[in-house]
Amino acid sequence: MVLSTSSNFAKPDDAFRAIVEAHRGLTEAQSADLDAALVLVLANHIGDLDVLREAIALAKRRMLDASQQQQQQQQ
Amino acid sequence: MAHANTAQAKTQFGYRRHPDQERSGANVAEHPVVVVGGGPVGLSLAIDLAQRGQRVVLLDDADRIGEGSRAICFSKRSLEFWDRLGVGDRMVEKGVVWSVGKIFHGASQLYQFNLLPEQGHKRPAFINLQQFYAEAYLVDRVGQLPEIDLRWRNKVIALESRNDGVALTIATPDGPYQVHATFVVACDGARSSLRQMVGAEFAGQVFEDQFLIADVKMTAAFPTERWFWFDPPFHAGRSALLHKQPDDIWRIDLQLNPDADPVAEKQPENVRPRIERMLGHDKFEFEWISLYKFQCRRMAKFIHGRVIFAGDSAHQVSPFGARGANSGLEDAENLAWKLDRVLRRLSPEGLLESYHIERSAAADENIRESTRSTDFMAPATKQEARLRQAVLSLAKDTEFGKRMVNGGRLSVPSVYDTPLSSSDRDDWRGGPRPGASMPDAPVTQQGGGSTYLTDVFIRQGTRFTLLEFGNGAAVDVPDGVGSIRVGGEGGLVDAQGLAGKRYDAEPGTAYLLRPDGYVAARFRNAARPELDAALARAAGLN
Repeated sequence: MVLSTSSNFAKPDDAFRAIVEAHRGLTEAQSADLDAALVLVLANHIGDLDVLREAIALAKRRMLDASQQQQQQQQ
Repeated sequence: MAHANTAQAKTQFGYRRHPDQERSGANVAEHPVVVVGGGPVGLSLAIDLAQRGQRVVLLDDADRIGEGSRAICFSKRSLEFWDRLGVGDRMVEKGVVWSVGKIFHGASQLYQFNLLPEQGHKRPAFINLQQFYAEAYLVDRVGQLPEIDLRWRNKVIALESRNDGVALTIATPDGPYQVHATFVVACDGARSSLRQMVGAEFAGQVFEDQFLIADVKMTAAFPTERWFWFDPPFHAGRSALLHKQPDDIWRIDLQLNPDADPVAEKQPENVRPRIERMLGHDKFEFEWISLYKFQCRRMAKFIHGRVIFAGDSAHQVSPFGARGANSGLEDAENLAWKLDRVLRRLSPEGLLESYHIERSAAADENIRESTRSTDFMAPATKQEARLRQAVLSLAKDTEFGKRMVNGGRLSVPSVYDTPLSSSDRDDWRGGPRPGASMPDAPVTQQGGGSTYLTDVFIRQGTRFTLLEFGNGAAVDVPDGVGSIRVGGEGGLVDAQGLAGKRYDAEPGTAYLLRPDGYVAARFRNAARPELDAALARAAGLN
């Protein structure tokens, strides 16, 4: 595993807050635009395709888990 | 492809009855190689084979060189190949030389790139030249080579594969006739009828967006650069390309909506206002107009028994990146020397498998690159469009954003991972690795004449050649292998130090070049046993 999933921020709440606040007052479309730009900026900062792929895989796995849970709740 | 052209076919050729047409049954003519299709790929392949001493029958179903412009960008690599065929100078003299591209977003320039920022190469990064000129010069060269028998209005209508060759039935104005060929090379284009005759699939991706391609004649002071726009003021929301060709002809590509009516859109009266908005004036005439949907696809196998596919018949890409004709020419240069060796029984037929391995991997790379460019220009989903918009807006202020903008990644020669290469055993800090094409560099001959490594390679006979950076006595090269010596006693002088730099050379460094100018092996100190082994491997002998 090259992707770090340990907690890297001294104050994780501040980091989460910073992202949340960036979206405050934006429409859904504007938020999506912001996220798109932010993902590209951060991906370039990481600058490692293996790490990026692992990050994408982790995010997708979580998305699949969430949709499975949703389906189970509906059943 | 539909034309509303005013361009005349530049060269008309007559059908001539051939004595082969009198023969039938057990008496039909036998030929070592029949090349089908007289486009740039078929013509170049025939010339290369003929220069290696092979007799070639070249069939074309038309009686003239195709009208319209079609391919326009020919790469440095293609020019170096054409130098070997004796037509490079004519192409470059007529062509428009360029190396700079500019990318615009809206009305402002995002960035510019230079495809060949360094000096010391014989050939430029690219020339733009209408395909019909390239074909006309190649046909002229064919006329100088008695080994080539070019037959116009000869259309292959049936093909029967046999263990020892192929039986072809050919339709002519005088009716059909048959020939036998040891090998057939199908260079008959994207809609290859030979591909259908061997029953091969041609699967891939079709892009929904349509592109309007127009060649217009006008005098304009735009520089000879490739200009590409995303969302320009004159063509809101879509992309556009402007590129100069010889004779005051300009290539214009305009992206249209997927639902644009293809018949209406290519009517000159509908195209004219679009181009007027782009150029800001109406002082131009149309040479050619067509509407395309792009496809990226390839055959699973380029070799079907004794029928070999090259160029668009084997693989098709979208045009952003100049990877169509250039990759077809790379197919031709890759195949010619191998086919020659097999026909001379110097190498086993298995050598041809390396043509499929090397060129199908190159096709995959070209398809990947041109698919990415086309996807970037025509995002398939809302989120793709959003990501593209983010890249374009980031490109204004950031270097990484500029480099992510994809307005076409232009053709560069592929690097082959191939069984013909011998792996590096020594330490290298640079230089072309085995499987890469030879870099050019200026050198001076003893006596003072300046030349280039690519030219010296041609003078050595375009065969297996040892390029050696001198260290005492010359390496004793095997029979039939050419020798280029840089430095050392009696060698070429690397006055600018560029040859040494581009080949990461130290005294004693040696590169074994294949007959197509690709590196087969390299050594810090070449010794005969290693060199012999590398040579055998590169010739498909082990």
